[in-house]
Amino acid sequence: MDAITGLMNGFSVALQPQNLIWCFVGTFLGTAIGVLPGIGPALTIALLLPVTVYIEPTAAFIMFAGIFYGAMYGGSTTSILLNTPGESGSMMTALEGNKMARKGRGAAALCTAAIGSFVAGTIGTLGITFLAPPIAELAFIFKPQDYFALMLLAFLSVSVVMGTSKVRGFIALFLGLSLGVIGIDKQTGLQRLTFDVPDLMDGVEMTVVLVSLFAIGETLYVASRFGFQKPNLNPLAGGIWMTKEDWKRSWKPWLRGTLFGFPIGALPAGGAEIPTFLSYTVERNLTKHPEEFGHGAIEGVAGPEAANNAAAAGVLVPLLTLGLPTSATAAILLAAFQNYGLQPGPLLFINSADLVWGLIASLYVGNLMLLILNLPLAGLWVRLLFIPRPYLYAGILIFSLVGIWGVSNSWVDLAMMFGVGLLGYAMRVYDFPIAPVLIGLILGPMAEVQMRRALAVGQGDPLVFVSTPLSAVLVAISVLIVIVPAMLHWRRTRKIDMPDEAAGV
Amino acid sequence: MIKAVFAAALAFSLSAAAPALADPAVVMAPGGAGGGYDAMARLPFEAMSKEGIFTDGATYTNKGGAGGTIGLAEFVGANRGNDNAVMSMGVIMVGGILLNSSPVTLDDVTPLVRLTNDTGVVAVATDSPIKTVDDLVKAMKADLGAVSIGGGSAGGVDHIVMALIAKESGLEPAKLNYIPYDSGAEAVTALGGGAVTVAVSGVSEFKPMADAGRIRIIAVTSEGRVDGIDAPSLKEAGLNVVVGNWRGIVGAPDMSADGRKMWLDRFAKMHESAAWKDILAKQGWEDAYLAGDEFVAFLNDEKTRIGAILKEAGLVK
Repeated sequence: MDAITGLMNGFSVALQPQNLIWCFVGTFLGTAIGVLPGIGPALTIALLLPVTVYIEPTAAFIMFAGIFYGAMYGGSTTSILLNTPGESGSMMTALEGNKMARKGRGAAALCTAAIGSFVAGTIGTLGITFLAPPIAELAFIFKPQDYFALMLLAFLSVSVVMGTSKVRGFIALFLGLSLGVIGIDKQTGLQRLTFDVPDLMDGVEMTVVLVSLFAIGETLYVASRFGFQKPNLNPLAGGIWMTKEDWKRSWKPWLRGTLFGFPIGALPAGGAEIPTFLSYTVERNLTKHPEEFGHGAIEGVAGPEAANNAAAAGVLVPLLTLGLPTSATAAILLAAFQNYGLQPGPLLFINSADLVWGLIASLYVGNLMLLILNLPLAGLWVRLLFIPRPYLYAGILIFSLVGIWGVSNSWVDLAMMFGVGLLGYAMRVYDFPIAPVLIGLILGPMAEVQMRRALAVGQGDPLVFVSTPLSAVLVAISVLIVIVPAMLHWRRTRKIDMPDEAAGV
Repeated sequence: MIKAVFAAALAFSLSAAAPALADPAVVMAPGGAGGGYDAMARLPFEAMSKEGIFTDGATYTNKGGAGGTIGLAEFVGANRGNDNAVMSMGVIMVGGILLNSSPVTLDDVTPLVRLTNDTGVVAVATDSPIKTVDDLVKAMKADLGAVSIGGGSAGGVDHIVMALIAKESGLEPAKLNYIPYDSGAEAVTALGGGAVTVAVSGVSEFKPMADAGRIRIIAVTSEGRVDGIDAPSLKEAGLNVVVGNWRGIVGAPDMSADGRKMWLDRFAKMHESAAWKDILAKQGWEDAYLAGDEFVAFLNDEKTRIGAILKEAGLVK
């Protein structure tokens, strides 16, 4: 079927009133679970799977699509306002977004996140509509050495989030890397750092560390420093909308973030995190306001937020064109396909065209609905910060614990939350950056697996790492990334006509 | 508390005419929501409820991790003597217990039924020079390390297939260049893109890609051929290797004889029902019903066989 006709048929399905209601339910639920730490779209859709018995397939998929995109929207809200990201994809958003919120510019940060997500989600959906088959081929082109080179590139992002002290940054990074090796080694079956605790055998759950370091650490820090005093700044001081300058500084990061997010999201071992790291690095290097990074630069919110939403769209590419689920959420969607007796696989697009186009059309509708739902809410969300801190942070603590308990039902995870939370507190007190811990924990195991796969396939020859054109190019870019910022810095210091910015450092 | 549940369950089993006395079944799925163990825990109850075989409902707990052994340990710890408690499990748990040196084993539970099986397939890239099982064995004999193998987790059922192939061909299973992948999706793209020489997975995961001409299936791991797949079984190809990714249900430790009989009756009825046949068709599961003592004997054989091959593959000391 021709893409345009298919899409038009899809819209005629998705725009039926009852389907619009399902879409609203999905986007609303999705936003809510995105806000709640720990609970992700995979779990939510899994819990809702039984409804497939009662409602029409199109209605169910329209709702699931809303949940899928909505979760990525919701995640940014808590990252920005409370410095407590609920999903790993919105971790980078917290870095600049929360600094903006502390300057009273929370609403602008929320707006750029929402519009960026909308732009990226829409471009991503356009990508699914017109480019899905060629993008899906990337899955076959990427070899272990290519993945490794991509992760090497992402690792270099760490250097930009290291904070003021490289020593503290490296300590944080290695902390993350060592948390990442805990568990049974998948290649050999050997246990590493498990201390015979069965709950540690599958490794440390990333969400647990994310939520503990940010939410619990932040709660303890706030409790220890601020007590009952009101925040000394009006959270709405910076207005409830983006300024012209904000727009000017946001649109390019939105597009660049999308460019990273969509193809990497479509890779079987890609994920939403790597594109956000890359996007943040790129924005930090390309910005005209380098002195603002680390103190609330809007580019650092716009780029990663677009990247994570575009990645969410990318995940649907291999699912719809090849029938391959490449993330937990996609696997659950596939289970839903099966509940309706659909044969997942390369022929899904042909055999169930109506349903697939209905799903794609509902992605457009859902995206627009999320924008309409979230933009007016930005001003409202920011008023959350008027809540006296003891109540606000007690609430965060409870939601975090409930979220993690809901994911794993494991008391070991709860105990670990307090341990890691204390660590997060100590890191804040002694000015260690938090992000490198999570980057180490996320990328370390991924890079290790790909490196060992590449070496196994190449039977130990280290030249395997540059053996494909793609890996060679990516490794070369990685090398350049180390050199170019130094050069940019040199060029910038030669510009003498920027006295304002020099004063702002 | 456990005693109370036990008493209630006993009362129910003795007086089937008064189901109002009964508690819902306590069902453990030793894997995450949406996975194989989860479906094996929920769908039989869905069928039983639809057919009126068991209508008192069920409470499900998902507890994944370490090859299902964390769920197993919790199930055994919390439900001793509870005639109302059952758990889904399968061949991967048999291997998982050995690989994770789990202190709790399947000797601690009461085996009830095997319900389904997923046949494995051995596949190569469409343009691979390897076209038959013979070619594969020749390539492995020429340079075992050069034949990179993709599949599921180390020591899992896919790895066991290749280890048995190596052993039958007189090669050392421990020297296989086996590369575990987290999902069938990753393994199949790695194979189709030429990152690995050969890959093993379930029929349901590889057949769609084979039908689309992305990969070529050279053998299936069942006794005979599989409908719709133009490839011999390994046995037909001259290797005595038959492996299936089977799943089933076990009962609580120290389940009473009455409790065991009650569940066996229910599963026997469910197995005959139209609702269950419908579920098998939708999920693409092969019917592999084996109940009671026959299942116990089968399970013991599997434990011995898998234990031996994992040792030879160097994965279990």
